[in-house]
Amino acid sequence: MNSYEATGVLTLEDLKDRLPPKERLEKGPVVIIECIQKIPCDPCAHICRFGAIKKPSLIDPPEVDYDKCTGCGECVAVCPGLAIFVVNFKYSDDEASVTIPYEFLPIPKKGEIFEALDREGKPVGEARVISVRRMEDKTTVVTISVRKDLAMVVRNIGRKIK
Amino acid sequence: MDLRIWKHPILEFKREKPVYIYLDGKKIKAYKGETIAAALYASGIKIYSRSVKYHRPRGFFCGIGKCSSCLMRVDGIPHVRTCVTLVKDGMKIEYEKGRGEPPTTDMTEMEVEEEKLDTDLIIIGGGPAGLSAAITAANLGVDVYLVDENPRAGGQLIKQTHKFFGSKDNYAGVRGVEIAKILLRELKKSDVKWVLNASVVGYYGNKKPTLAVVQNNRKLIEATTRNIIVATGAQEIMLPFPNNDLPGVYGAGGVQTLMNVYGVRPGNDALIVGAGNVGLIVGYQLVQAGVNVKMVVEAMPKIGGYLVHASKLRRLGVPILTRHSISAAKGKDHVEGAIIVELDEKWQPIEGTEQEIEVDLICLAVGLTPSSELLFQAGCEKAYIPELGGPVAIHNEDLETTIDGMYLAGDVSGIEEASTAMMEGRITGANVAIEFGKERSKAEKLRGEAFKHLDELRKSPFSEKVLRGKEKVWKMWRELK
Repeated sequence: MNSYEATGVLTLEDLKDRLPPKERLEKGPVVIIECIQKIPCDPCAHICRFGAIKKPSLIDPPEVDYDKCTGCGECVAVCPGLAIFVVNFKYSDDEASVTIPYEFLPIPKKGEIFEALDREGKPVGEARVISVRRMEDKTTVVTISVRKDLAMVVRNIGRKIK
Repeated sequence: MDLRIWKHPILEFKREKPVYIYLDGKKIKAYKGETIAAALYASGIKIYSRSVKYHRPRGFFCGIGKCSSCLMRVDGIPHVRTCVTLVKDGMKIEYEKGRGEPPTTDMTEMEVEEEKLDTDLIIIGGGPAGLSAAITAANLGVDVYLVDENPRAGGQLIKQTHKFFGSKDNYAGVRGVEIAKILLRELKKSDVKWVLNASVVGYYGNKKPTLAVVQNNRKLIEATTRNIIVATGAQEIMLPFPNNDLPGVYGAGGVQTLMNVYGVRPGNDALIVGAGNVGLIVGYQLVQAGVNVKMVVEAMPKIGGYLVHASKLRRLGVPILTRHSISAAKGKDHVEGAIIVELDEKWQPIEGTEQEIEVDLICLAVGLTPSSELLFQAGCEKAYIPELGGPVAIHNEDLETTIDGMYLAGDVSGIEEASTAMMEGRITGANVAIEFGKERSKAEKLRGEAFKHLDELRKSPFSEKVLRGKEKVWKMWRELK
């Protein structure tokens, strides 16, 4: 049994064969898809204008061509499992940006600072909101900046700090 | 006290003008469109009845007219299901005494209407399966009459804030509440005749199948037909533990009805029992409704639902404890806490691992069982199939029961989910059209597409169990026929 089957939390080890290679991560924004089970689902593959996300069949987990992915984040908003993120290690010298789907109130505003939460909802640092996109279907796509070493750790925001 | 939710990240609760109802003489504010039970709950009244022998309080359990916890006396009529009866200005609600007393209203003076109707097809249940069946059949030229006992059509779809999986052509990425709106728009465009707040109370297989339908407790409809599709869905399974009858212990569907249909916050601090998809989804929805979800306990060693649903909840800081269960609820007239306990390999509680948590809401998501009553009353052959959730009417791949012309679709044919229910609905709707010889080629094409998509949906590892159960009943059907 894999540990995530009991915890509900993926580790970087569980994701290692699916993540973009290091060189690609360093180049700029790129998608991180944390969907590894067989689910009959395909909005991510249909929304991608660059043909970067493929579903070999409806049920197979998505496969990403990281050379084609521009990190535009369209897929973040449509994933029914809220399992897609965009990470940009080139955001600034010491910070990376992380784009997350968000379905709670209040809607975060640009410039606000929140607790940065990891995959278990534990605060691990601070997150500054750098952009907010409200989709028609009421999903909010929030991009936050975090310390570079937290880019692959932070997957949610918690309490507002200021 | 007002437990209504006024701001929600996904849903909008459009409240019309306030009306006033009276509970044993006490004036209570409600809004048009609310059920009696939801309005009482919103004002903090969480006890609806008492057990006859021990006078134990009974609360809101299922919220969809399937349990009997919320029976009250309304305007002199005993045993009214307050969870499916809408408020009216000036309504008099009373707690029942003992087993309830006969009506004080003179029944002979009550305006009781009668109606007789004849149609090609009657569909019972207006959830994802029933609506899909109705739209498909009507668009193929079948004369359809749809009956649902709830005040709103859409079944469980109207309480799902999450986006559905599936394929692009079949509502993938669309929230359940929005799928319900799409289906209702299609229903309105079609020639389907439908009636809400109406229960089918009996099947009579005279020369022609006949159903007795009671609408709004006032009108008796005698409906004769050639075909019937039963799409009555499922009901929540109860879990045995001390005090499981206390108000505050609700089924997941009841919790969703309160918070997502009527916009009433079901509690402040919640424990969820069961980490299947229903438990995980309702946990996330509770957080959206502003409830503090303390934890999810799951008796199995693994989380039963999809990892992505579990991850969504974990990212919010909600713990999921596998190999844990509830051993008791605490409280006098309402839940005040719960005792959870770790289980060993043989599912036995491990002594010394008990811990008490403070919660006022215990949400049970431990499974569903098909609402097969009407099928059995009609005389369909039945079988107990654990993989399908319990007692089901024996049926074939085309969802035909052992009674000619009687079909079933959706959860009543075996517990699955809304996407498969919609495909089963389409299959049965098309089958009836084919039987009538209406638009045959178009009907066969629709039926083929629905079967194809159903097969795709069932390739999920979560469908293995259902498919095993389905193969059992299909084989039984062939042996009987």
